[in-house]
Amino acid sequence: MIYSLLVLSSPVSGSCTQTAAAFAQCVIARGHSIHRVFFLDSGTYTGATAAVFPQDEADRIRPWIELAEQHAVELILCISSALKRGMLDQSEAHRHERQGATVHPAFIISGLGQLVDACAHSDRLITFGG
Amino acid sequence: MNATDKKSVLVVIRRSPYGSSLAKASLDVALAAAVFEQPVSLLFMGDGVLQLLAEQESRAIGVKNIGRLLASLPLYDIESVYVDARAAAHYGVDLSQAPVVMQALDGSGVHQLMAGCDHLLGF
Repeated sequence: MIYSLLVLSSPVSGSCTQTAAAFAQCVIARGHSIHRVFFLDSGTYTGATAAVFPQDEADRIRPWIELAEQHAVELILCISSALKRGMLDQSEAHRHERQGATVHPAFIISGLGQLVDACAHSDRLITFGG
Repeated sequence: MNATDKKSVLVVIRRSPYGSSLAKASLDVALAAAVFEQPVSLLFMGDGVLQLLAEQESRAIGVKNIGRLLASLPLYDIESVYVDARAAAHYGVDLSQAPVVMQALDGSGVHQLMAGCDHLLGF
């Protein structure tokens, strides 16, 4: 079965984004596939490359990078949500004359059409957070 | 995307209009689905029915007017708009004054609507 995920909440508020990443790993372990993870609203903070987590707390970005690297899971940050939160990749930073990228390269900045497309191409779309 | 990829999407809106950015985000998702010609329905529940209040004056708090955005839904061919009648009654929202025309549903109507869609996006 093809799954896609929609993540709405900030990675540092509650445990929803961690649950979402764990869910994605389970889905793959059970032989299903993750078509795409779409981060919207405060969920876009998940891609923050400069986030520093205390040693006794879980790293909130690492599980996503592993999903992208090990299973080629597509991680999309909603562009309108991301930009107003200062979440920029290299090309957006250049376009808007900001100092540099603030988003980890495992994440892609794109539009809401990617969420609509994920709905069309997935058997299940699961929402986390909000 | 071709026609065979179409899946019906129900956007469930439970956020008050100006309490967080999620109210606007949920409507943006609905508009995007409509722009990409996916069948989309909206259901207002819980605090979300507060988005249906008439004469919202959001300029005073420097936020875009959600009521005006709702009024534009027919322009995007979004005509399947529903509201949980019980929630509207609970908050005393006069649906005849709402910015968009919608259909009020009782509990079993809400259940049927949710059961009938391919994807449910809950905000």
